[in-house]
Parts: sequence; C-alpha cells; structure tokens
Amino acid sequence: MSRQVLQGTLDLMVLRTLEAMGPQHGFGLAKRILQVSEGMLDLNQGTLYPALLRLQQRGWIKSRLAVSDNNRKAKYYELTSRGRRQIAREAANWERAVSLMDRFLRNLATSEE
Amino acid sequence: MWGRLLSLVRRRRLNAELADELDFHLERLEAEYRAQGLSPIDARRAARLDMGGITRVTEAYRDQLGIPTLEGGWRSLRFGMRSLRRTRGVTAAVAATLAVGIGANAAVFALVNGVLLKPLPYSDPDSLVAVNHGMTGTTDELPSAPYLYFTYREENRTFSGIGLWAIRPGNITGLDRPEQVQALYVTSEILPILGVQPMLGRQFSPQDDAPDGAPTVLLTYAYWQRKFGGNASVVGRTLVLDGQSQEVIGVMPRGFRFLDNQVDLIATFQLDRTQVTLGRYVFPSLGRLKPGVTLADAGADINRMVPLALARFPPPPGYTRDRFAARPVTPRLMPLKQTVVGNIAGMLWVLMGALGLLLLIACANVANLLLVRADGRQQELAIRAALGASRTRIAGELLVESTLLGLAGGALGLVLAHQVLYAVRALGPANLPRLDDITLDPLGLLFTLALSLAAGVLLGLVPVLRYANPQVSEVLRSGGRTMTQTRERHRGRAALLITQVAMALVLLVSSGLMVRTFQALSRVDPGFVRPEEVQMVRIAVPFGKVPEPERATRMQHAILARLEAVPGAVSAAFADIAPLDPGNSGSDTVLFVEGRTYAPGQARPLRRFEFISPGVFHTLGVPLVTGRDLTWSDLYDRRLVAVVSEQLARDEWQSPAGAIGRRVRASPDDPWREIVGVVGNVRDNGMHRDPPPTVYFPALMDRFWSAATLSFRSATFLIRSRRAGTEGLLRDMHSAVWAVNGNLPLAEIRTLDQAYQRSLARTSFALVMLTIAGGMGLLLGAIGVYGVTAYVAAQRTAEIGIRLALGAQRGQVRRQFLREGMRPTAAGVAIGLAAAAALTRLMSSLLFGVNRLDPLTYVLVTFVLLAVATLAAYVPAWRASRNDPIEALREG
Repeated sequence: MSRQVLQGTLDLMVLRTLEAMGPQHGFGLAKRILQVSEGMLDLNQGTLYPALLRLQQRGWIKSRLAVSDNNRKAKYYELTSRGRRQIAREAANWERAVSLMDRFLRNLATSEE
Repeated sequence: MWGRLLSLVRRRRLNAELADELDFHLERLEAEYRAQGLSPIDARRAARLDMGGITRVTEAYRDQLGIPTLEGGWRSLRFGMRSLRRTRGVTAAVAATLAVGIGANAAVFALVNGVLLKPLPYSDPDSLVAVNHGMTGTTDELPSAPYLYFTYREENRTFSGIGLWAIRPGNITGLDRPEQVQALYVTSEILPILGVQPMLGRQFSPQDDAPDGAPTVLLTYAYWQRKFGGNASVVGRTLVLDGQSQEVIGVMPRGFRFLDNQVDLIATFQLDRTQVTLGRYVFPSLGRLKPGVTLADAGADINRMVPLALARFPPPPGYTRDRFAARPVTPRLMPLKQTVVGNIAGMLWVLMGALGLLLLIACANVANLLLVRADGRQQELAIRAALGASRTRIAGELLVESTLLGLAGGALGLVLAHQVLYAVRALGPANLPRLDDITLDPLGLLFTLALSLAAGVLLGLVPVLRYANPQVSEVLRSGGRTMTQTRERHRGRAALLITQVAMALVLLVSSGLMVRTFQALSRVDPGFVRPEEVQMVRIAVPFGKVPEPERATRMQHAILARLEAVPGAVSAAFADIAPLDPGNSGSDTVLFVEGRTYAPGQARPLRRFEFISPGVFHTLGVPLVTGRDLTWSDLYDRRLVAVVSEQLARDEWQSPAGAIGRRVRASPDDPWREIVGVVGNVRDNGMHRDPPPTVYFPALMDRFWSAATLSFRSATFLIRSRRAGTEGLLRDMHSAVWAVNGNLPLAEIRTLDQAYQRSLARTSFALVMLTIAGGMGLLLGAIGVYGVTAYVAAQRTAEIGIRLALGAQRGQVRRQFLREGMRPTAAGVAIGLAAAAALTRLMSSLLFGVNRLDPLTYVLVTFVLLAVATLAAYVPAWRASRNDPIEALREG
C-alpha cells in the first residue's frame, strides 16, 4: 500500500479502535489492531507512535498519564469530540470509495461476460 | 499546522515521553513472551525483535514532530558556518575584501543620499523654488529686489507665498559681552512658506514686518541654549541688535537650518513700501508654487508682472524709468534644493561610479578566492555526490556559505562606512553641503544589506556553476587534475584577472588625473603672496553708536593703527569683502566708463566692486602694476579716485598704462572718478576660474550710488604677520580693537591660507577619495595577480619537479611562471587603457589644467601597475622555482 493511503487508513483504524475500546495506551492499541486484522497488518511500531502524535497534533485524540493495570505509569490516549466527528466523516468517505470501486469492477466484469 | 508548531515547542518533553512509552511497550512485550514460556533472555530478544529498530521509531517520531524545511535550512546554516571556520584564512580574506568594497559603497551612498536625494527638511519641499532673475544681455544671475517682491506679493497667480531673505552678520550688545552673530532677515511670509513653526512663542505676523511695527526677533535653538541656557522665560526679553532694541518673541525648533545655513537669530526686514524704488537687486527670494503649477507657469507669471512692477514704483533719484524699462528682468526659477546642493552633484556621481568599480574589483578577487576554495574541496564534493547528495543540496550549501560571507563582509563594511562618514563630517569639506544630513539611515542600511546579499549570492554562483555537478568518477580517479579541467579553470581565472586589472587601471587613471588637477590648481597664482601670513577678521562698527559715516571710517583707521602696532605685524588694511569668499560674485554690478557707449540691447559687463582702505594691496602682496595706491587723504578729502585690476584695464583700454587718467563711475548720476593705479589680478572666484575684472573704490566717499556719504561699517580687516593664526596674535588683536572701542566683537577669524585651502576643497575632497579608491584597486589587483600565479604554480608542481630534475634552469622556470602571471595582466592593461580613455569623459567637469587623455598620467599609471603586478607575480614564481624536485614529484 502507498504511504499516503496507509497513513490515512491507519489513522482511521486507530480512531475506531479507541472508540470501541475506550482510553488505551500504545501497547494495548498495537495488540488490538494486530488482533482485529488477524495478522494481515504487520504493524510496525515505527508507524504507530508517529501516527499517535499526528492524531494528537490534529486534535482528534488527547493523551494523559495514568497508572496501568500492572501498576506502571503509562500514557493513555482517548478520543476527543472532534475525533468522533472525524470517524463518521472518514467512514462515510471510505464507504463511498469502496462502492465506487465496486461499481467499476462489477460493471467491467459484466461487460466482459 | 498549529498542532505541529505546538509540539515543536514541547519537543523535549514529548521526546522524553516517547522514550518512556517505548520502554513500557518493550516491558509488556517481554512479559507476554515470558508468559508464553520463553526464558527471560529469550523473551527480551524476542520483544526487541518485535519492536523493530527503536532508532527508526524515534527518527520517524522526530520527523513528525518537527517542521522539515525549517530544520533543513538551519542545518545547512550550521554546516556552512562550520565549513567557513575550517578554511579560516580564505574566509577572512574574502570578508575583508568584501568589507572594503561594500563599506566604501555604503559610505558614498550615504553621501549621495544625504546631499542629493534627501528632500529639504521642510513641508512639501518639491514645490519650493528659488526666485532669481536674469537681465537681457548678461548671463549672470541677479537676486530679487524689494520692488519686485511687493509686486509679486500683490499680483501673482502662481505662488501660494513668496518672500525675501538675507543673511547678514549683526552685533548683539547688552548681554554679557558684545558678540557678532549671523542674523537671518526675512519678510514675514518666509517661515510659513517653509512650514516651520517656532517651538516656543509665536511666529512673525505681518505687523512684525511693517515699518512702523516694534522690532522682533526669533532665536534659533542653539543660540537660545548657548546664550540663555534654554530658559523659557526668554520670550519677551529684549536684545540689542545693531544698536536697535528687539523683542524676543519665540525660539525655533532644534535642528532648524535655513537652507543649510546656521543662523543665530531671525529678524524681519521691516521694508517700507513707500520708500521702495526700482532697482536694488540684493535680496534672494524664495516662494512656494501653488499645487499643480509648474516652473514654466511661474516664469510666465513673472514675465507678466515685471512690467506692472516697473510701472508701480518710482525710479531711484537720478535715474529715469526708461533706463529700467529698457532692460527688464527675466525670471530664473529653480527648485530650492538645487541652490542648496549647488554643483556638487557631478562629483558625487563620479565618486559613486568609481567606488562601484572598486566593489566589482573586490568581487572579482573574492570570486577567485572562492574558486580556489572550491578547488580544494573537489574530492570531498565528488564523494558526497557519489553518496547521494543531490546537486541542489550541494549548490544550496555553497550558496549558503557565500551568502554568509557576503553578510559578514557587509557587517564589517558598515563599521568601515560609519568611520569614514564620521571622518568626512569632522573634516567638513567646504563645498559639501548638508553635512548634517549625511548619515547611515535605514535606507542606507537597506542598501548595504541588499548589496551584501547580492554580492554573496552572485559570488556563490561562481563555484556552484563550476563544481555543483562534478563528473564524479573522473574527479575521483584523477584526483582532480586532468588537463582539460586545469585549462578551463585557468581560463576562467585569467578572465577574472583581466577584468580586475582593467578596472584597477581605470581607477588609477582617474586618481592620477585628479592629482594632476590638484597640482595644476595649486600652481595657479592666486594674486596674493604667502597667504598663511595674512590674518583676517571681520569687524562691524555699529550704526547706533557711530551714526556718522566719517566717524566710522576714522574709527576703522584707528583700529588699523593699533593693529599695525601689534608685535609682529607688518601691515594692516581693511576691505568690505574678504578675498576668496564664496559670496563675492553675488554683488557684481555694472561700471560706467567715460567715453564708452553701448548700443541698445548690448549689455554692460558686470564688474567686481571692492571698497578698500589704503594698504590693502601691500598687505595682500598684490603687485602694483602702474600708478599708485589710495591714500588716507584720498578718503578724508573725498577725492574722486579709484584703482582697477589689470584684467579690467586690459578689457577696457587694452593695457594697464592706458587706464591711468581714465574716468569711471558707478551710476550715471555720480561724478566721474579718475583711475590712479592698476594692480595685479586676484583670482577671487577660485583658482579654476579667471580673475574677475575688479574696480577698487575708497571706503569713504561722497555722492556714490546717489548716497550723500558712504562708508563701509562691516569690513574684513587684513593683517600681515608671521604670527598669523596663533592665539597670541589673536589676543593682541583683541586688545588693539577694544582699546579703540570695547563694544566691537571680532568675527570670522581665519587666515587667508584657510580661505585658499577651502577654495581648493572641492577638488581636494574628490582627489582624496579617488586616490584611496585607486590605491585600493591597485592593491586588490596585485592580490589577484599573486593569486593567479600562485595557483598556476601550485597546480603544476609535478611538472616543475620533472623539469628541474631533467636539468632545467631555475631562472627559466621563474621566467615562465612570471609570463603566466603577466600575460593576463598585460591584456588587462590594454583593455583598461581603452576603457579609461572612454570613461574619463564622465569626470571632465572635475579636471583643470590637464587633458583627460593626458599621456603622462596614462604612461605613469601603466608603469606603476605593471611594476606592482610584476612584483606580485614574481613572488610565487620565485617560490615555484625553488621547489625541491624530489618533493615536487612526490606531491604530484
């Protein structure tokens, strides 16, 4: 996948995961994304943490320090209201793109028949 | 974008937090692997592998954190500075060279800006004009006259205001000690026309200017501070000016200057319109044009009003109206700034051109140095290119370096310019007007910045164009020494050297011509002898205390007697004007010669009138050609006599002897006066101009210019003494004068030599500047020649080694490299001579007594340049020939 597309989809995945899981730290997010993608997405930590910073810079998530379940201090991320709106917008864009592509593929397939 | 900027601000904390996060992440991974049954060591290894390169993560994080282009730029800057520091010698040489070139130009720009470009410090200065007149038949300019002023004031359609002014010395008494001051006399419109308001008190009203009004004065700021300690209660006090009580009504703001003149106080003419007659062209005039009016319109308006003026006022006693109507005045209007600036403009533009040339020479030198520097880095650049540095990257870095150099040179140049301007203001060359306006203002700083950046960028392009994309493999293989490259580089360098030498030659020729001009001017016989022994001082006998003309003259005579008695004094005399005073030509007027008639429409020439005591010629050292000097009995007995200068005698009667016994007069209703003596010429208008034909009248006369008795109260006293210019003589002179009258201040104290030097000042200033420029051009050219020869020698060290090993003579090697260096020099000289021949036309207004193609100058300058260049080329040539062949071969 091209870098730009990957960035965009990763952002949406992170936002959606936070929406579903609630506040989570970086390790937890990585594990969860790996789980959901059933290993198809080889998530490199080199892309996750910069993505988290990017989402913070855009104001879609915010972070705070809290104590984790194993009694260690960790940085927890959670959605902001702007982030929630962004999910809805991005999801709509994504569905539109998918259905458009689908139309092309289906059409071409039928015309070839 | 905000988010990015914010995180930039908190970057350190964010980076630290990332480190913590990654630690946390690693720990959790480890824990998971351990839970899966791996040993702690294995668990750790697995976790690490899983994480991927931590550095990569951190780098990616950092990239997201910062703003890339900004960081890239900052990095380039740091890199450039480090690189410059490494080659300290070249950097210093380049910065110094640029400092000289840019600094000199910044200084001249400040000069040009302050003198020529800056508007006068009055409101809306472009609509201010000087109102002068001409008369049909003469080319000389006349100031205005009261009859014209009153008419213009009443009838004009094109001026929103017009007025008269004059600057005269005046005596202030009634304060601590008597003092002579510079007084500006104005009509009440003048200050409102300029738009200047007093900062204390009030403006002149028309009533202040009325003949029956109480006399009032305005003080200038400096005078107020000096005499009244800045005390605001000065308004309302009275001063006694020339024996008349004046009320102080206000103080002018600080820094107010009237047309570049420093005055102490301002008074009104209080002209009486009922006494005004035709004639009396003695007062300069200025006015403000109405919006949208051009000089041509105003000129036409004046032409319309002159006949009205001629009809409105009576002729002076003894004259008829027709005489004036036969020669009506014509308008000569010019922007007011022009009268202040004078004819200095030509010289300043020449200077700017010369120093611009110098900057180009400096840049050529710097370009050469930068090429040498880039040469040294050829391999480094090639390697970087091979490792993937883009061409733009390398070019960018080279440009950054040269821009830094340009800015450094500019900063140093500013310091240099500041010093130069300080020196110029301190020396105060006489003919340089508006000295106070010459500063490095924001415009000058902007100019310097622009020049520095332009120099930096343009110079940076030189190595960039040559080296930004080296043929990588070739360079690496050959070690940067292939034949074609050497020849190319050498051609480029030689071309730069040729231009340098050519420009240096042009500069040297122009300074050489100025030296000859100065020599020629210095050799001109001024007409007087040993001016350093003549002390001059202006003394004015006040009208109030000594109203009778003859008593005034007797007082002056008494002063002379006392002055001659001062130890060391050889002789003393007085005259109404001082020799070589710049204002002398303003009062030239017509002389009527018995038996000489003029056809209608033909104009009488204007002559210099001087009013003297006996002994002036003896004191000045002006030779008596024939006849005799005036005597005191000529004055007291009111004899009708006069003396003329040799030039006047030849003009009118073809020979000095032919003048004796002839008769002249100053106006048709005066009695004829007989010429009793002819004296040598005095170059009163400056050494570069012909001596004015002069007529000398006694300082005490009856029936002259229709006045009953005429004396000259304000006169320049001349004393010849070896002690001229010393404090001791000054003290003795003060005692002598005050023994006669304790209330007489001594003013304008200077020696005749000082006046003489001032008359040469315009030339000497240009001379000094151009010589400095020429000298620097020569120095820079020599450095260039040295550089080229040294470079060529260094490049061919191996070849030299081989030749010496094979038995070549050291002398041969030396001569060969000398030729290498001199060949471009010779070409440069040839081009420079041609260029000089063409360009010196631009400075012909500055030259005197020397042809702009003067062979002696050209030959001498060529010789000097070639000699210096030969020397500069010889040093590296000699060093090359001293090479140890073994060393050379090893190096190659």
